[in-house]
Amino acid sequence: MALDQSFVGRSYPPTAPYEVGREKIREFAEAIGDANPAYTDPGAARRLGHPDVIAPPTFVFAITFKAAGQVVEDPQLGLDYSRVVHGDQRFAYARPVRAGDRLTVTSTIEAIKSLAGNDILDIRGEVRDEAGEHVVTAWTKLVARAAEED
Amino acid sequence: MAAKIAYEDVEVGTELPARTFPVDRAALVRYAGASGDFNPIHWNEKFAREVGLPDVIAHGMFTMAEAARVVTDWLGDPGAVVEYGVRFTRPVVVPDDGQGAVIEVGGKVAAKLDGNLVRVDLTAVSAGQKVLGMSRAVVRLA
Repeated sequence: MALDQSFVGRSYPPTAPYEVGREKIREFAEAIGDANPAYTDPGAARRLGHPDVIAPPTFVFAITFKAAGQVVEDPQLGLDYSRVVHGDQRFAYARPVRAGDRLTVTSTIEAIKSLAGNDILDIRGEVRDEAGEHVVTAWTKLVARAAEED
Repeated sequence: MAAKIAYEDVEVGTELPARTFPVDRAALVRYAGASGDFNPIHWNEKFAREVGLPDVIAHGMFTMAEAARVVTDWLGDPGAVVEYGVRFTRPVVVPDDGQGAVIEVGGKVAAKLDGNLVRVDLTAVSAGQKVLGMSRAVVRLA
């Protein structure tokens, strides 16, 4: 069943702050095999002009995708998550995420489309720091594949 | 921000050093833990086949993270990435054969923009198939 178009433009309440830790960044950098010292060595990060270690560009997805759960699991929207695949992902950074950040995410449904029985959902996540400054925006396209005929 | 590449030193067509990234089941389990994405299609072969996949597949975000390394290694400062986007066109299939899969990533400067910005277009291939489309980063050079 096609998703309700009236959900386009709907925003969800900001998430509780996520505190970015140095060791979580290190764990993530190791998981992607990336030895860039800006992720693990505060001195190296400072020499690049950052106040503390920074996170790899895609690190923030873990935070924005969890926030998008509000949308994905909204019973009124009725998305069949078991059929969802990740279509596109995009980020626009005002600055890199760094250790010590306390980040909140506000998720908004940007678009809902139906194509050949697939539901396509575009979610924008605005990530702000404790001062309310914009850090990064994440755009996530989710595709719920058409249900198979029984 | 302090990219080690100078804007005036690059032209449209300048190639970034290409990289090859291996990915095996252990890497996917580790990425699941670090990212919090425990979808069983990334570690449970039986489940992956039941939902119609050929085998366990890598997290799309893992592939996106690896492709970014071609850009961030070139820049030196990952904080110089201003925009980054990809389309997940095909999954990276990761067999449990002791070897896993390989993701080959290349990139080149596609456009020089104002404000010392350049657009880099990336390609990512695994098992001869393009796994990312529209893979682009906008970065600020020195």
